[in-house]
Amino acid sequence: MKDKFSTRIEIALDDAQLRDNFSGAMQFLRDKRQQALPDDSHWRKLRFEGERIRQQVLARLPALLEQLETRCTQNGIHVHWAEDAAEANQCILRIARQHDAKSIVKGKSMATEEIGLNHFMAQHDIECLETDMGEYIVQLAGETPSHIIMPAIHKNKAQISKLFREHLGEDCDPNDVDRLIGVGRKVLRNKFKHADMGISGVNFAAADSGTLCLVENEGNGRMCTTAPPVHIAVMGLEKVIPSLNELPTLQSLLTRSATGQASTTYLNLISHPRQTGEKDGPQEIHLVLLDNGRSRIHQDADMQSTLACIRCGACMNHCPVYTRIGGHAYGSTYPGPIGQVVTPQLEGLQEKAPLVSACSLNGACGEACPVNIPLPDLIRRLRARIRTNTRHIRPTERLLWQLWRFINMRPRLYDLTLRISRWIPWQGPTAWRQERHFPKPASKSLRRYMAEKARTQQHEEDA
Amino acid sequence: MAEQEQRTRQQARNPAMSASSQVYFFGTCLIDALYPQAGLDAIALLELCDLKVVYPQAQTCCGQAPYNAGFSDHAAAAAAQTVTLFSEHDWPLVVPSASCAGMIKHHYPRLLASDPSLHQQATQLSGRCVELIDFIAERLPYERLSTNPASNTCVSLHTSCAALREEPVADSWSTVLSRLPGVTLKHPQNKQECCGFGGTFAVKSPALSHALTKDKSAALLADHPDHITSGDCGCLMNIGSHIKYKTGHNPCLHLASIVARAFGIRHEG
Repeated sequence: MKDKFSTRIEIALDDAQLRDNFSGAMQFLRDKRQQALPDDSHWRKLRFEGERIRQQVLARLPALLEQLETRCTQNGIHVHWAEDAAEANQCILRIARQHDAKSIVKGKSMATEEIGLNHFMAQHDIECLETDMGEYIVQLAGETPSHIIMPAIHKNKAQISKLFREHLGEDCDPNDVDRLIGVGRKVLRNKFKHADMGISGVNFAAADSGTLCLVENEGNGRMCTTAPPVHIAVMGLEKVIPSLNELPTLQSLLTRSATGQASTTYLNLISHPRQTGEKDGPQEIHLVLLDNGRSRIHQDADMQSTLACIRCGACMNHCPVYTRIGGHAYGSTYPGPIGQVVTPQLEGLQEKAPLVSACSLNGACGEACPVNIPLPDLIRRLRARIRTNTRHIRPTERLLWQLWRFINMRPRLYDLTLRISRWIPWQGPTAWRQERHFPKPASKSLRRYMAEKARTQQHEEDA
Repeated sequence: MAEQEQRTRQQARNPAMSASSQVYFFGTCLIDALYPQAGLDAIALLELCDLKVVYPQAQTCCGQAPYNAGFSDHAAAAAAQTVTLFSEHDWPLVVPSASCAGMIKHHYPRLLASDPSLHQQATQLSGRCVELIDFIAERLPYERLSTNPASNTCVSLHTSCAALREEPVADSWSTVLSRLPGVTLKHPQNKQECCGFGGTFAVKSPALSHALTKDKSAALLADHPDHITSGDCGCLMNIGSHIKYKTGHNPCLHLASIVARAFGIRHEG
C-alpha cells in the first residue's frame, strides 16, 4: 500500500547526485546562517520580537488587510481580492488582456507557484518568463522550484551548463560560474526591455502606508517592478505587517535565516505607480491579495500560527528529511517542514496526509524558525486530525494503540505482558527489520529487579 | 562556572529539589523491558549521590509514542495515571531519558489542560521532573574516582534531539563524561542531526528513517569507539539495532552505565 510520496522518497534517496547536491547546499546554507546570527542573546531578542510582530498581525489580520487596501487604493495601487487560485489567475489574465500583454517578466514569487500562474497564462498564449536566475533555470528545465528560496538548488554547475547548452546554444565551462550566470543574464536583459508587464511576489506589505516590500539579490525584482509599464504584485494575505516600523526586524530575521545575509542586496519599497514628473516606474500597479485557504487556517486557533511564516526556508535547510530528499519529492509547492504543515491545510488532509508522516519530530525546524512557529507541535496536531478525520491510519494501528492503552492503564497486566513478551514469537514490524535487528525483551524487567529488591529490603527490616 | 549556574538555576526553580534526600525514579518503558541494566545503573548512581530512590511498581509507559502518532487521548490517559502516581510526595522525579523527561515536563500539562486538578498536579510534576544525568552532574562524588584509571574507554556520544532542544541537557552529558578520568569522549560529525528513530516514524517512513540511521551510525562509529552512548533509550535502541543488524554486535550503552562503570559499579546480568 505505497502512496506516491513514499515512492518519490525512495527514488530521491536512490539518487546519489541529488543527495550530494542537497546535503552540500544545505550544509552551506546552515553554516552561512550561523555566521550571520548576531550573538545568542541578541538573536533571541530579535526572534522574540519577530514572533511578537507576526502574532500581533494574526490577531488583527482582517483590520490590517482593510487598512492595507485603503492605503494602497489612496496611493493609486489597484487592489484585488482572490479567494482561490482560479480567481487570482483570472484576475491577472484580465489585467493582461486589458493591456494586450503578450510577454510578462516575473520576479520570484511562491504565491504564483501556488496558483500555477505560468501554466495558466501559457494556456492563454501569454509568455511568463522567470527572471530570478534560479527560477529561470528551473523554468528552462521544465521543472518546479525545489526550495522556496533557492529554486534550482537541486542542480549543480555541470547540470546547469548542460541545460544552457541545450536551450540557449551557449557552450560554457561548468566551472566558470560568472560566465554561466552571464549567459542567463544576457537573455533576461533583453526580455526586461520588451516586456509588457511585470509580476512579482511580496515579502511584506505595510498597512499604514500601503507599501509593498520585496527583498532580492539579483536586481531582477527591481527590473520587473519598474521597467514594464504595468506591475502586478501577488501576495498571500498573511504577509501584511502593521507599518514600516516592523520591517527592519522582520527583514533582518528573513535574510539572515534565508541566505545568511544581514540584508539582501536589494530592498524594494513600492508605494505608488509613476507620478507626474517621475521618469521611471510602472504607470499602473495592481496588488492581488490571495486567500486560497488562508482565512480558513486563520480561523483555526490550533493551526493559526502556520500563517506567521515569513517564507525564509530555514526549516527546510535544517530538516534532516528535506536535506536527504530535496523539495520535489514532496510533490507540493511548499516543501520541507512548513510545506508539511501548510500543504495539508491548503489542499486537504485526506489527500496530503502522507506528508505529515515523514517527520521524526526531531525539532530542528522549530529551533531554526526565525518567528518561533512551533512546527513540531503543528505536525503533531495534524497527525491527531488525520487519525480522527481521515482513513489514513490503518485499523491495525488503531487497534494496537487501543491495546497499548488497555495494558498501560493496568500495571499488573503490564507486568504480566512484560513477563510473557519474551516468549511471543513476533519478530517485529517488517519495516523495522529491513535494516535493523529486533531487540528481545530482557530476561528480567527493571520492575522485577526492583520488586525483588523491595522484598529483600522488607525481609531485612523484618529480621 | 556554567555548571554552577545551572545548578543554581535548578535550585531556584524548585528549592525542594536540592534539599530532598528522596527521589522518585521513572524507569521508562524501554529501559524496563529491554535495558534493565541501564535502570539499575541509574538507580545505583542516584544512591551513590546519597539519595534514597523510590520506584513505584505501578508505573508504566509515559505515552510519548502514541502522542507523537496522533493518539493524544491515549497519551492523556497515560499522563493522568503517571501524574497521579508521582504526586503523593513532592520529591524530584528522575527520568533516565531526555525525551521521556521532556514529555512529562512539557507535554503533560498541555495534555491534561481540561482537568483543573490534574493540570495543577501535572504543572507541579513538571517543575520536579529532571533528566538523570543533568540531575546528578553536580552531585556525583567525582573525588572518589581514581585519577589513574586502569583502563580507558573511548565513547562516542549521541546527543539526542530531545537533549538538544526540548529538554536541553546535552551539555551536562558532555560535562559528566569529560569528568571521568578513564573515558575518552568523542563527538560525531553532524551531532545535532536526528538518528532517524522518531517512534512510529521508523516504521511509517522506513526508507527515510533508514537513511538517517545509517548516516548517524556511520558518524558515531567513525572514531572506532568502544561504546556509543546516549541518555535516550529510543535512540540507543534504534542505533544499536541497526549496527547489530549490520555487524552482529551492539556497541550501545546507556550513559548511566558508562558513568556507573567509571565509578566501579557492576551488576550481575
